[in-house]
Amino acid sequence: MPVKKFVVGCFDDEKTLFPAVKNTRKAGYKIHDLYTPFPIHGLDKAMGLRDTSLHTAGFIYAITGTTTALTFMSWVFTKDWPLNIGGKPHLPLPAFIPIVFELTVLCAAVGMVLTFCYLCQLAPFVKKDHFHLRATDDLMVMPIEITDKTNADEVKAFLQNAGAVEVFEKEAETGWWIGRYDRDRKVFEKEEKTVIA
Amino acid sequence: MSLLKYESQVREPLVDGNKTYHQVTEDICGPVEAAPSRLWWIGFIISVALLLFGVVSIYKEVVYGTGMWNLNKTIGWGWDITNFVWWVGIGHAGTLISAILLLFRQGWRTGVNRAAEAMTIFAVMCAGQFPVWHMGRVWMAFFVFPYPNTRGPLWVNFNSPLLWDVFAISTYFTVSLLFWYSGLIPDLATLRDRAKKKWAKAFYGVTSFGWTGSTKHWQRHESLSLVLAGLSTPLVLSVHTIVSFDFATSVIPGWHTTIFPPYFVAGAIFSGFAMVQTLMLVTRKVMNLEDYITISHIENMNKVIVLTGSIVGCAYLTELFMAWYGASKYEYDIFFKYRIAGPYGWSYWLMMTCNVITPQLFWVKKLRRNIAFTFLMSVVVNIGMWFERFVIIVSSLYRDYLPSSWSVYYRPSIWEVGFYLGSFGLFFTCYFLFSKYFPVIAIAEIKHILKKSGESFKEAMDPLEEQSVDEFVHQAHAHH
Repeated sequence: MPVKKFVVGCFDDEKTLFPAVKNTRKAGYKIHDLYTPFPIHGLDKAMGLRDTSLHTAGFIYAITGTTTALTFMSWVFTKDWPLNIGGKPHLPLPAFIPIVFELTVLCAAVGMVLTFCYLCQLAPFVKKDHFHLRATDDLMVMPIEITDKTNADEVKAFLQNAGAVEVFEKEAETGWWIGRYDRDRKVFEKEEKTVIA
Repeated sequence: MSLLKYESQVREPLVDGNKTYHQVTEDICGPVEAAPSRLWWIGFIISVALLLFGVVSIYKEVVYGTGMWNLNKTIGWGWDITNFVWWVGIGHAGTLISAILLLFRQGWRTGVNRAAEAMTIFAVMCAGQFPVWHMGRVWMAFFVFPYPNTRGPLWVNFNSPLLWDVFAISTYFTVSLLFWYSGLIPDLATLRDRAKKKWAKAFYGVTSFGWTGSTKHWQRHESLSLVLAGLSTPLVLSVHTIVSFDFATSVIPGWHTTIFPPYFVAGAIFSGFAMVQTLMLVTRKVMNLEDYITISHIENMNKVIVLTGSIVGCAYLTELFMAWYGASKYEYDIFFKYRIAGPYGWSYWLMMTCNVITPQLFWVKKLRRNIAFTFLMSVVVNIGMWFERFVIIVSSLYRDYLPSSWSVYYRPSIWEVGFYLGSFGLFFTCYFLFSKYFPVIAIAEIKHILKKSGESFKEAMDPLEEQSVDEFVHQAHAHH
């Protein structure tokens, strides 16, 4: 798994954050990601992220649920074991509505949550490197990737100018691994890496 | 700069006090990180004791059968199904707050949604116990699922409302749990990153699923919440509709009415909000969350209570009217001889008083904003709603079509009461654990609305309020 070098800028106000994101992109620096303690509307657009297709996936799961329920019940009552229930028709479509609806909702919800967890790599015992512990409290944390072509000091000065309240360099793992948050060591590491703070 | 960014001063702030983002984190995480208080331990131990009594009661029922509950061939549904409908109804408020109010863009839901959703999940867990143990031979409970079996396969009856109920309740529980937990993940990550103790780091580390707060993840999270809210909205209406079908599709006088679905849904929201009030009033006081669950939140919920209470009252009167107007002898007798009068008449009038008459006092603004009165009313409403289900179930059953089977005075046994108390034990054990170890208020969502609806941020809007519309629009365009 790749360990990369970053210059991290931390902001404490959306008002400075939005122009900073805009200018960083204009300057050609590569924003690795932006970690915020709460959803900030419009930030995804400012970063140039495309819209999520999660709701489309949800729709597909939903119609899967609908067709499963409808075909299964129809098959049971007309082909597999046609029962005479009080002389009612063998294909009582109105009576199928509740279960068809429930299964539609169930499949959509379960499918979407699992897809969400898969896309965001969320699961119990998943561990990731965090750039700043206050990213889930009150700081908006923007790591900028340092490659051979970027000058770290230049980026630092740039972020300070942009209104960052805290700027530092950090080497971080960009993937995830199986681990626990009360243990520091990464499973695939032989020895502790010194982190430049 | 969007004009919608400004919120009128006429609206009360949703978060009181001069809060920063960090202060919000401190206020909500503080009680979670502190050691449990003596009061918490006392409440928790009482709940666990009740739960254990419930376990003993269920043991008696499983070993000796449902006769242990004094159920007989006339009154086959007694306290157990009453409790089932009561608990499911209570659960509805949580979904209403988290889903329907989200779609309606009601900002005030943010202060109470987390705890209300938790309440939903615990209430549905309690509700589920009753039909399951009522089966008697509970080891055959899996027969309700349509699985391939060696009896043909003989499938379940998809026409039966009782089977619809199986699907409705299990879907409702699953979807509510997913909705609640997906909202909880970012807040658990906040607790994880603040944790000092080893167990807390491990526990919140595992439960927060490695959440980082990445913008892309937030974008997906927002999309997920919105779609789950959109799915939960018809779901919550369908669940109590289907519960009401358990009654409405039968041919029992007093059950066989088309008004049941909307009447049940309104009643469910009514009792659910009352339970949210009961829990929130205690929680905000004990955990010092008065800045987040403000008097205005309480007043809003009281408005929902008076609205739904009036709908329920309207339904009661419609039922009586239809029993007379419908000119069905059985229907007329059930309502006018055996329900509002007769040996169970007292329960009907208790229901009327608690659900229809006393909630009307909430038309008075002073009473809507009075904490002690609200607390009292929340308990009264839930007593009334329990009796509503009792009246519907028992007063329709005890004098059926066959006078030789009439069963006057069904009294629950100690084991049936014990089962009910046990469900309270389960509910409050879960709620005590939740309120101690999980954030009872959605931290990220509060931060999201803080700069729009927080008290100090609203005060900053004062100069804007002074302006005329022309000036305001002109200025907003200039900013653009």
